Amino acid sequence: MTTVATAKKPRLAVFKFASCDGCQLQLLDAEGQLRAIADQVEIDHFLEARSRSLPGPYDIGLVEGSISTPADIPRILEIRRQCRFLVTIGACATSGGIQALRNWGQVDEFLGAVYATPAYVQSLEKSTAIADHVPVDFELRGCPIDTRQLVELVSAVVVGRRPRVPTYSVCVECKMRGTVCVAVARGIACLGPVTQAGCDALCPAHDRECFGCFGPSQQPNLVSLNGFYERQGASRERLGRLVQSFNAWSPEFHAEHDRLAGGPDTEADR
Amino acid sequence: MTLPAPLSYPPPESLDPGSPWHARPARIDRVRDESADVRTMVLVFEQARDRRDYRFLPGQFNMLLLPGIGEAAISIASDPEHCSAVAHTVRAVGSVTHALARLEVGDQLFVRGPFGRPWPLEELRERDLIIAAGGVGLASVQAAICHCMTHRGDYGRIAVLHGAKTPADLLCRSDYGRWRDHGIDLHLIVDHAAPGWQGPVGFVPQLLDRLEIVPSETSLICCGPEPMMEAVARRSIAAGIDPDQIFVSIERLMACASGLCGLCQLGPFFICKDGPVLSYDRIGPWLAVPHL
Amino acid sequence: MPDSSSIPGDWRWLDADGLQILIDLLRGRGFRVVGPRIADGAIVIGDIDSAAQLPTGWLDDQDGGSYRLRQDKAAGTFDHVVGPHSLKNFLFPARETLQHWTRDDRGWHDTTPAEPPRPLAVIGVRGCDLAALAIQDRVFLGGDHVDPAYKARRERLFLLAVNCRRAAATCFCHSMGCGPAAGPGFDLALTETDGRFAVETGSEAGAALLAELAARGSPVTPAEILDEAAIEQVRDIPRRLGREMHARRAEPGRPVPRSLDTDGIRDLLFSNLEHPRWQQVADRCLSCANCTLVCPTCFCSSVSDVADLSGDHASRERQWASCFTLEHSQMHGGNARPTVASRYRQWLTHKLAGWIDQFGSSGCTGCGRCITWCPVGIDLTAEVAAIREAPTP
Repeated sequence: MTTVATAKKPRLAVFKFASCDGCQLQLLDAEGQLRAIADQVEIDHFLEARSRSLPGPYDIGLVEGSISTPADIPRILEIRRQCRFLVTIGACATSGGIQALRNWGQVDEFLGAVYATPAYVQSLEKSTAIADHVPVDFELRGCPIDTRQLVELVSAVVVGRRPRVPTYSVCVECKMRGTVCVAVARGIACLGPVTQAGCDALCPAHDRECFGCFGPSQQPNLVSLNGFYERQGASRERLGRLVQSFNAWSPEFHAEHDRLAGGPDTEADR
Repeated sequence: MTLPAPLSYPPPESLDPGSPWHARPARIDRVRDESADVRTMVLVFEQARDRRDYRFLPGQFNMLLLPGIGEAAISIASDPEHCSAVAHTVRAVGSVTHALARLEVGDQLFVRGPFGRPWPLEELRERDLIIAAGGVGLASVQAAICHCMTHRGDYGRIAVLHGAKTPADLLCRSDYGRWRDHGIDLHLIVDHAAPGWQGPVGFVPQLLDRLEIVPSETSLICCGPEPMMEAVARRSIAAGIDPDQIFVSIERLMACASGLCGLCQLGPFFICKDGPVLSYDRIGPWLAVPHL
Repeated sequence: MPDSSSIPGDWRWLDADGLQILIDLLRGRGFRVVGPRIADGAIVIGDIDSAAQLPTGWLDDQDGGSYRLRQDKAAGTFDHVVGPHSLKNFLFPARETLQHWTRDDRGWHDTTPAEPPRPLAVIGVRGCDLAALAIQDRVFLGGDHVDPAYKARRERLFLLAVNCRRAAATCFCHSMGCGPAAGPGFDLALTETDGRFAVETGSEAGAALLAELAARGSPVTPAEILDEAAIEQVRDIPRRLGREMHARRAEPGRPVPRSLDTDGIRDLLFSNLEHPRWQQVADRCLSCANCTLVCPTCFCSSVSDVADLSGDHASRERQWASCFTLEHSQMHGGNARPTVASRYRQWLTHKLAGWIDQFGSSGCTGCGRCITWCPVGIDLTAEVAAIREAPTP
């Protein structure tokens, strides 16, 4: 693995692309632990938190947001050159974000509908993940990311071990906290079985289905799950909308949406 | 007859030396770099009681713990007659082994163990031994080699077969002279030769062809990557050695090393407590099933 | 002291008020009392301080991937069956700290506090769950190495069992020899009949509690000791259900339970490790791990070594692990079970075959939780039947 254990404190930088800033706010929201993080690393570039900015290269780069405008591309290439260990934080950086819903439409039509003078707006045809443009060393999922995972990432990288971030399903977190399954006990279509853990099953613990904020879990079997929900009476339209949110452009959710929207049926489908 | 009062129960035993989670503090006494990513470290227990009481058998392993970083199962690679200092050969492959391989003299670590079933050396007395090791697998047979040197007269012919990626990756190079002095027939092989390499190029199983084997009198102990062990076992069986005289040491992820965590299962076996050493007649059929 | 002579094997009558006194006595003794109660659309195991919190008049309809509660005026207090929780949630909790470590200038020190766990009393434990407890006891206490945290909790456990009068469609305890009658292993066991409970004493702790109940001037008096004929009648209640389950013929309005043919099951599964059925079930399996986490016997766990950001405080955190996750079979240089088919096979063959080699019994009690709580309703009894029907030659 890449290790950034150095004699000096590692230098940390935080960068933003197309996003809502929510993931950066999670970093600020770490409150008690932010001071401890600041003791472990030099925060040399984090415009959301302080105006002082020191030039690279940096040991750890946290990147929020998706690649959405032509100017983003040279910028992310330069950030990659400046950062030894590059981490994408959040659904936008990791899979294109909610703004990737435009990838199914015509961006010019959206621009015309939203902006008075679309000519002033430079936008790429698609909103894409950072990893589509540069190599990424680690990704923190979530919309927004989970503060505990962020602290784990920083602690791990500082001592030179791989961060412990599970890739199993949200169901594991539901069961560990004793939450009753909303899909089984209430018949609500829930993305938990195919979504990566990390939120500590926040929505099911509040009687709501999982919305897939942390993106696909390891080897997700969306076809089987949605087949079961369909047989229980859920409509393809509803199931398609469920995967078409924060991580809609992740390869697995993307393919499932298109399948539900009328793509070719698979063996398991029949 | 009354319901026992809760407070009359004994306190929990997490600090009890008998607990499988109890870890003995130790310090690194000396280190030896074996190759670019392999380091042997000799550790000495901090407490006199542990220096006095700790015993292990060749083929057993310890769990080496770095608080806050992690724990790894590592074979004990030193002479079982001298348990007050214990050697471990570590290849830096994961987070924990990287951290272990960075330890320097005087650094502290914690030891749980020993765990697992050893090489059945007592039962193999009077027999010819072939000791085959691929890469860092040599660490797991090293204590057996030490035992055989101490009790040389108890065994027949002994051959050590060791293979590595390149000549620079061969382990324990400074020990080879001593092994040969004890009448051990040493054969080395590398996947890729380097300038100055006079020996054969290839894989450990090929070295079996260089030996004159009396199958009925020969036992084989083997540690290395699973495909290598299977190839060695198949070739030995073809040479006439009984599967129940072939012993392999299996590696699996484990969290407890004491049969409690369930992670190390292979077929009906817990590698931590039924292994790591298992005879090939028992484990071979399970190794042959893909992804078991 | 009136009637302190009750011994294991005794039978008494208890009315609903007596149940409340029992709860009060246990709480007064310092026990945390838990039992069945309704939460979030299911009957879970939660804290109980009043018998009124028990789900009297509620039934659960269970099937593959489906659980629904409904009210039924005729239903008693314990006519539901098992829910998503089991004794495992309490004796082998999902997360626990095994050790605390503190670092000073001399190095690290084990600073784990020696706090005994609070005694726990569980109301409503079924035959399948007593069997599951015995299985977990063999795992955590029965080998060369004893798990101290489990042992400490186990030694402080009081079990108020219940004999089932009803089975769900997912139940097959009769196939596994684990029910529907409860026992052995309980302190007291209740059989509900005609609005009251017949209580069987199973241990000295149970006898002591009943004696104390009598001493409080409670409804239990010597006159209310069951005679032989009454004991036989009460004993026949779970037996009748057992016969119904074996015959796979339910009374009208009741579901037909599942069953599992265990004849030669170890050799059947181990000689079919490359059966095409494993891939067929993998096409449906989500590898979400729910089955293993609701299973009352699954015991896999992982340990994480964590440190605070100062690096001076560390702990060893144990949490449930599942053979359905890739983490479980991760090794240096690859994964031992990279496919869903290999992981489903690991679970089923361990549970029903390898367990017999390891612990001398099946790892399955027939509680049916893995069927109900599988989000797509995969049914292990159907998987085994499919392999039995067409084994690989």
